[in-house]
Amino acid sequence: MLAALLADSSGQALAHASAWAVFAVGAAMILTGALGVVLLRNPVHCALMLVITLFGIALEFIDQSADFLAAVQIIVYAGAVVILFLFVIMFLGVDRKEAISAEPTRFQRPLAVLLGVVALVEILALSRIDHWSAGTPSQSGALSGPGSNVQKLGQAIYTGYLLPFEMTAALLVIAVVAAVVLSRRHQPSASEMSELDQEELLSARRFTPPDQGDQS
Amino acid sequence: MGSDPLFANGLNLAVWLILLGKVLVIFLIVLLSVLFMVMYERKAVAYLGVRYGPNRAGPKGWLQSLADGTKLLFKEAFTPRNADKAVYKAAPYLMLVPIMVAFSIVPIGGRITIAHHTTELQLADPQWGILFLLMTSGLAVYGVILAGWASGSKYPLLGSVRASAQMVSYEAVLGLTTATVVLVTGSLSTSTIVAAQSGHWSFVHWNLIHTAVIPFILFSIAITAEMTRAPFDLVEAEEELSGGYNLEYSSIDFAWFYLAEYAALVTNSAIIVTLWFGGPNGPTIDGHSVGPLWFTVKVLVVLYIFVWIRATLPRFRYDQLMDLGWKRLIPASLIMLMVVAGFQATSTSGGNGAGHWLAQREWGLAAVGGAFVLGALLWRAIDVGRQASEVEEARESRLSLERES
Amino acid sequence: MSGVVLATVSGLVAQTSGGSNPSGCAIGKAGDSVSGLCRAANSLHISVAYSAILPVLILSIGGLVLLAVSAVLPKRIYPGLYPVLSTVVGGVSLVASVWQWYNVPGHGQGMVEIGGQIFFDHFAVLFAILVSVAVILSSIASDSYLRREGLDGVEAYVLILMSGTGAVLMAESASLISLFLGLEIMSIALYVMAAYHRRRAESGEAGLKYFLLGSFSSAIFLYGIALVYGATGSTELVLIANHLATNVLSNGGVLLAGMALLIVGLGFKVAAVPFHLWTPDVYQGSPTPFTGYMAAVAKAAGFAGLLRVLDQGLLTQQTDWRPVIWVITVLTLVIGSVLAIASRDLKRMLAYSSVSQAGYVLVGVQAATGTGKSAALFYLFTYTFIVIGSFAVVDAIQGQGESRSTIWAVRGLSRRQPLLAAAMLVLLLAQAGVPFTSGFLGKFYVIQAAVGQGQYYLAVIAMLTAAVAAFFYLRVALLMYSSGVPAVAATTPPAPEPSGSTGDLPYGDAGEPTDVGVPAERVGAASAMTTTGLAAGAVPSEGGLATPARAGGASALDVEAEEDVFAAGLAPVPGLDPETADRASALDAAAGDPPYVSSTNAMVIFISVAFTIAAGVSSFAVDFAKAATTLF
Repeated sequence: MLAALLADSSGQALAHASAWAVFAVGAAMILTGALGVVLLRNPVHCALMLVITLFGIALEFIDQSADFLAAVQIIVYAGAVVILFLFVIMFLGVDRKEAISAEPTRFQRPLAVLLGVVALVEILALSRIDHWSAGTPSQSGALSGPGSNVQKLGQAIYTGYLLPFEMTAALLVIAVVAAVVLSRRHQPSASEMSELDQEELLSARRFTPPDQGDQS
Repeated sequence: MGSDPLFANGLNLAVWLILLGKVLVIFLIVLLSVLFMVMYERKAVAYLGVRYGPNRAGPKGWLQSLADGTKLLFKEAFTPRNADKAVYKAAPYLMLVPIMVAFSIVPIGGRITIAHHTTELQLADPQWGILFLLMTSGLAVYGVILAGWASGSKYPLLGSVRASAQMVSYEAVLGLTTATVVLVTGSLSTSTIVAAQSGHWSFVHWNLIHTAVIPFILFSIAITAEMTRAPFDLVEAEEELSGGYNLEYSSIDFAWFYLAEYAALVTNSAIIVTLWFGGPNGPTIDGHSVGPLWFTVKVLVVLYIFVWIRATLPRFRYDQLMDLGWKRLIPASLIMLMVVAGFQATSTSGGNGAGHWLAQREWGLAAVGGAFVLGALLWRAIDVGRQASEVEEARESRLSLERES
Repeated sequence: MSGVVLATVSGLVAQTSGGSNPSGCAIGKAGDSVSGLCRAANSLHISVAYSAILPVLILSIGGLVLLAVSAVLPKRIYPGLYPVLSTVVGGVSLVASVWQWYNVPGHGQGMVEIGGQIFFDHFAVLFAILVSVAVILSSIASDSYLRREGLDGVEAYVLILMSGTGAVLMAESASLISLFLGLEIMSIALYVMAAYHRRRAESGEAGLKYFLLGSFSSAIFLYGIALVYGATGSTELVLIANHLATNVLSNGGVLLAGMALLIVGLGFKVAAVPFHLWTPDVYQGSPTPFTGYMAAVAKAAGFAGLLRVLDQGLLTQQTDWRPVIWVITVLTLVIGSVLAIASRDLKRMLAYSSVSQAGYVLVGVQAATGTGKSAALFYLFTYTFIVIGSFAVVDAIQGQGESRSTIWAVRGLSRRQPLLAAAMLVLLLAQAGVPFTSGFLGKFYVIQAAVGQGQYYLAVIAMLTAAVAAFFYLRVALLMYSSGVPAVAATTPPAPEPSGSTGDLPYGDAGEPTDVGVPAERVGAASAMTTTGLAAGAVPSEGGLATPARAGGASALDVEAEEDVFAAGLAPVPGLDPETADRASALDAAAGDPPYVSSTNAMVIFISVAFTIAAGVSSFAVDFAKAATTLF
């Protein structure tokens, strides 16, 4: 095989082989990670396995020349979301082995297995369909042509998908408001407090050493 | 893989081997520069503190870090009983690898020809280089947070939680300030960013000038915090955490952390040079382009500034750190992004570097930058004054209450 | 907020740095050709028809303005400012929508605007009007509740406005992407509104349940979008319809799966039956005025989405989806009505009632004709008024901490609050579909649409379930007009609560002290009650409805009695002997204070009742309904 690769001056075979290798590695990572998330008992290990899956997906994105998606996949999911998972796991102290032997509902587990099998069969059946419709897809080859992937994505976002993009901003705003509403503890505002309470709060917040106060 | 001529004729074995060679070279550059950097820092800090610094091992003590490293390697590698073994062992590598990888997108300057193959002095030049950078800086958190958790003891855990919160907080600033560079250049590729900063009288075309300096300052602060270096090194605050997330580590494992810390310093300085100081651009010497030389000089200067800051500023308190990040730097960098975007959209010269260097936009940006600084100072002054008056009022009312009772 | 600005500026950069294509990208409704798409990557210009998204803009910017105002103003200086502002924003949005109604482009046929993401047609505008009305009514109705419970602040109104934004966006959306975004904006705001009452455990539970199940349904919906995109090559409804009309699917499996998932996702939002399980808990736990808003807006927006997807995107596949919708419709009608009979809690009953009302709208959807669509719209429009009004009445009946929420709490309401009882009666009759109310016309038109399509079985089922549903509406009505004297109650004990059924949750905090900074007169006469059956009307009546039937009497605070009364709000507690339980129920019915109806609540109830009657009896409403049924 090596000889064949060396003989091939145009590099087609090698390029093909490396693309295939990238796919294979990515797929293996995704599967390993996914299995690890389900099978491992320690939540921290599960979270790390999830990172492996995310990396695999990023690899597959690169293999499809969706560079931007790959980068965002890592930056957002691996770089922020899973970190927050880890935070929560560590802060809540659930970073020890999970007791999942106790079942809250009796037929939950067999039912889950059954549904999982059904879903798997469905996905396999769907994946065997390679021609979904006759005729040409209306958006064929949108990503071919000059210009980088990121540039094209940016153009699409600021033209055809301008409104959804702006509306995503509204979605984020509402998410922030929601987080504030749900996490805020009810504290009496200044007008509800007695004057003495206000003084105490103020002096507690602005700590002044006693001797400094005497000097000035 | 961008504009590298190496791939012009497709991918064959020779290209593969050259790539492999470049990987090795980059790896060695980072490793050796760490050895140098440790000494550079110790010498510089000693100089700033009017001391001698290490002066025994080797000529003028320059082999000290090599000796230290060797000593570390021969120590006992100790694993605590409560540790999560696999994660404990993996954490140092998780910290080191992203930092090493980040260096691969830094353009060192120029091209070389090996066996009829011309290639850039840069390992990889993806179209989305800046995103790659953000990616690696996001992943560096894992090493810290897992090292602290896997150690199975309290202090490292506290240190790692501190560190990761800090790193996640400052990443936003990092991204927003980098976005100003991207906005001015119009590309995410590092080589294009460097190329856009070239020209006669190179330094006027630096992004430092093009973005009115403020974003660079914000970026530097953020990246210092990102590296958990002084004055943001409360991650390993000895007084409170007795060393922080790597407390339980010893021997080679600890060496990796140490290595990663300094590798991050070198890599990030290189990135600062790339983004803001025109990378390897500079005057030619005897008609020869000497990109790597200028690159090295600039990196050394930036490194010295980092050391200088460390030797000068006291450590921040944690709430101050968070306040600075969320309440000052993020709004400031957002405003600067808007300002740069506004000038970019309205400027007549359009692209980067076109027109006279005293084009309208630069003056406008300078004015904005000046206003920014003045505004910040004013804000600070008002804040200080208000705090003082609040304290005064509280004291007086407390006194009057005491008098009444 | 900064995100929006940022996006705008960056958009500006993208526009100025590239070439421009001034021709814009309006697509005819028929979606003339693929080449007409402004999606083409080489076009860097997009013409934004602001007039098409006017209500969305007004509601979302209004929400942001409210946030900004609250950040600038000192806290609690103007407690009444936010509801007023929110109402004003809703009013402006209403005016804008009405303007839109008369300015629909394409000679009233509608246009696809903003890069194929937005429909500007009468359908969208009608929903914009509906949502604006719901925003106005709910902003008014929430005020007294939030102040009474010590929850007042700007966030509630921001949430109302933003969820309204999402709902309008759903109705306007011409692509599955905007539909999904609208769905998420609306839903996330509603999740938080459900959990808004921080001190009631039920509220938190409602929020969590709604959030978890809603997220699942959103994910399912998204998966459906992906599959439909895979099968048709587009997310824009016009292009999907075009593709399906001009191509023959060699294998419909993917499209069928996608369609099923879309129906599941939207069916969840409208609370159609296999996906209704969240409804009772969420409706019961949410703050009452928000429940009304949720029932009106989430249902309307869900149906808007459903109609858009099924009637506009997948109309060519109607032989596939109509049987599915038929089954869902029948299940929704039957199960909604039957479960409503079994429930003993007012809000829970109204929740099941809203499930069964969804069934009637589905009858119109199932017809898959212009008539059916218009009938469904008319139904939703009238139901908005009915449901917000009903929950406003329930709010008044419940009192502080939502402590009185069983259907027995309305016993004798006609004597204590005759006007309130009359309003509730009208709203209940309208939901039951009694003639001379808008509810009758709504049911009439959807069934007419079904008959027009030859769906006689469905029509019969719908009418039969209407008869079943009349039972539980009339039960409440009879309770309101029955005697409230303890002696009577002792001889006719209320039906005992079967334990473990869909009954009431024990209200652990029913007797919560009124300590949260609420002005004393707003607390109402929660503690003014006696064992003798004499109600103490210590409430200064603000609204016309707040006239205590039997004013005066001792307002001495009898601790024992208070405990009894609050115990009456519970289901029979194990260990409580039947005699005590009876006495407690009787006390609840008779000794409860007259519900305190704030002036704002009274206004909402009045508007709802007025519209319900007007739309039922006057000729204008019939004309309107007929116009609506022929509009599309």
